[in-house]
Amino acid sequence: MLFASETMSEILLIGLNHKTAPVELRECLAISSEETPVALNKLQESPFIDECLLLSTCNRVEILLTSDNSLEAVNTVKNIMSEFNKTPVSRFEKHLYIHEGEAAVRHIFRVSASLDSMIIGESQILGQIKNAHSVACANNTTGLILNRLLHRAFSVAKRVRTETGIGDHAVSISHAAIELGKKIFDTLENKKILLIGAGEMAELAIEQLIRKKVGTIYVANRTFKNGVALAKKFNGEAIWFEEIMNHLKIVDVVISSTGASEFVVTRNHLKGIMGERFNRPIFFIDIAVPRNIDPQINRMSNIYVYDIDDLNGIVVGNLEERKKEATKGERIVDEAVIQFSKWREGMDIVPTIIALREKIDRIAKTEVEKIQKSLKHLSKEDHLVISRMAETMVQKVLHDPTLFLKKDLENDNKSLVIDFTRKLFHLD
Amino acid sequence: MKILIFITLFLYGLSTIAYACHLFGRNQRFADLGYWFLIIGSLFLGAIVFQEAAQSGHIPVHNLHGTLLVAGLMIALVFIVFQYRIKFNILGVFMVPILFLMVITATLTPYTPLHTKNIFNSFWLITHIITIFIGEACLALACATAFFYLIQEHAIKTKTKGFFFNRLPSLEWIDHSGYIFIITGFTALTIGLITGFIYAELIWGRFWSWDPKEVWAGGTWLLYAALLHGRISAGWRGRKAALLSIAGFAILLFTFFGVNFLMKGHHGEFTAF
Repeated sequence: MLFASETMSEILLIGLNHKTAPVELRECLAISSEETPVALNKLQESPFIDECLLLSTCNRVEILLTSDNSLEAVNTVKNIMSEFNKTPVSRFEKHLYIHEGEAAVRHIFRVSASLDSMIIGESQILGQIKNAHSVACANNTTGLILNRLLHRAFSVAKRVRTETGIGDHAVSISHAAIELGKKIFDTLENKKILLIGAGEMAELAIEQLIRKKVGTIYVANRTFKNGVALAKKFNGEAIWFEEIMNHLKIVDVVISSTGASEFVVTRNHLKGIMGERFNRPIFFIDIAVPRNIDPQINRMSNIYVYDIDDLNGIVVGNLEERKKEATKGERIVDEAVIQFSKWREGMDIVPTIIALREKIDRIAKTEVEKIQKSLKHLSKEDHLVISRMAETMVQKVLHDPTLFLKKDLENDNKSLVIDFTRKLFHLD
Repeated sequence: MKILIFITLFLYGLSTIAYACHLFGRNQRFADLGYWFLIIGSLFLGAIVFQEAAQSGHIPVHNLHGTLLVAGLMIALVFIVFQYRIKFNILGVFMVPILFLMVITATLTPYTPLHTKNIFNSFWLITHIITIFIGEACLALACATAFFYLIQEHAIKTKTKGFFFNRLPSLEWIDHSGYIFIITGFTALTIGLITGFIYAELIWGRFWSWDPKEVWAGGTWLLYAALLHGRISAGWRGRKAALLSIAGFAILLFTFFGVNFLMKGHHGEFTAF
């Protein structure tokens, strides 16, 4: 049935993502947030497109729309994409995927549940879709169908997140370190941090820690001046490199990433210190290669040492876990797709008329049966007359609404009328 | 009587199932459900204990049957209070099945209502029995908590996330909860011992009579005292505290049951069957 023109408007999804297109092409076709309203309006100007929504992130460019002429709608989208980014259609055409009907519904559900993401379970995508939806709403380019579809997508995403462990496992080095920290300390709030050396990854970890409202951050650097600069950046306190041992008595988390070729902290350093610390736990995150923290320390009580390989190991394991959890997510998506299709099927003229008739018929029949039970003295013929009268009334009452529903309506109005009718008679 | 036990077992069974669902599905609603089944089940268990107490005229700790029921009830009550305060779901996962087994064992051991002996009816004795049982329940939960600590510590130290890594709270939290259990348990134990001494003085005219149970109880008390002292003055926490807590409870269990089975003394009928 693909591309067949139908009277009922169909949901279509056209786009490309990190799996189908290389980054150079995605860059090229990305539509900035300022350009989005312009693009949306352009799309809606087309007579083949009823409702539309545009999602553009670094990993995907997707256009979701409803149309009763799929073939033309797809061509319009391609032309607008090409025009908008000044890229010939032939350059991106073969990277595009086009989903129609249920497939489009499933796709948008999977994307918002982060099952289609590069890093499965990442939480940004849902916010991006919500944003895309509100931009489309603000520009009046979505209607009954897409609004309903998007709301379903949000609730599917929420269900997947709460009912599966898809977002539970940290998948970056700094997150993995924080996750571990939270399994050692009840909270990272007000914990004192010591940063030894500097480096991109260490700084990333510190930034994450700051978000967890940690306490004082001490920065020790061989070159004091660099330490001061870094401390300023994190609102921390620079200390001399020689002061490290003293500070080990008070800090809770140590992040180390110096270029030193020998261990900066060894077992001997810590032997006396743990007593002074009252055995409060201390967590070493050693992201330096070669390592700065003697791994032997991990054997001591209340001291935990993780090096870069350990953290990497966690990340790899967690990615596997997420993939496992994703299967559960797919099941939830499947359920939601079936539910949505049911709603869509009902959203057509004929099913609505049938449902309406059935409902009124049922009411009439029940009432007739009731009255006949209390009028036992009447003859069979009399009963028949009563039933016929009820049937005729039903026919007559339904005559005008049926005609009205059968009238040729434009797609937009049609959906609204059907939705209204179903709500008015409580047909769902 | 029979029907009450059946209902208790049924509710504890449901609670066990709900907690198991929580363990695997990690859905908070199941843990809440398990908690409520536990509360209602414990009301029935309380009714059984009350009924037996009314029949015999004293707290039913004169045979193994009653002792198990009272101990179970106390563990349930202590857990219910702590769970309300600190939300320690995973403890429920393991505690409720044990509770279930305790009640089953109690029903399998013969129940012989004892004719009233007046020695059971003193205020001091009742306080002695209740506080000792509360203390022991707290220390049992402290021991379970210590096991959780060791599991979680092992996972973090060996860098192998197991089944429990995400299901258990942080080390610091487990350690602190264990400490709260021990402090509460120790306080109750202390009151229990003191009231026991007073009772002994009233009945036998001496505070201490070198009864094996007394000796072992004194030893247990000293061990927990040392554990708490070490924690406060020298920061014995983490693994060391967990191991000591487990050792303490092992000795406590021996004091509770072992002494009665292996040695004689005036606490003898406590585990008779």
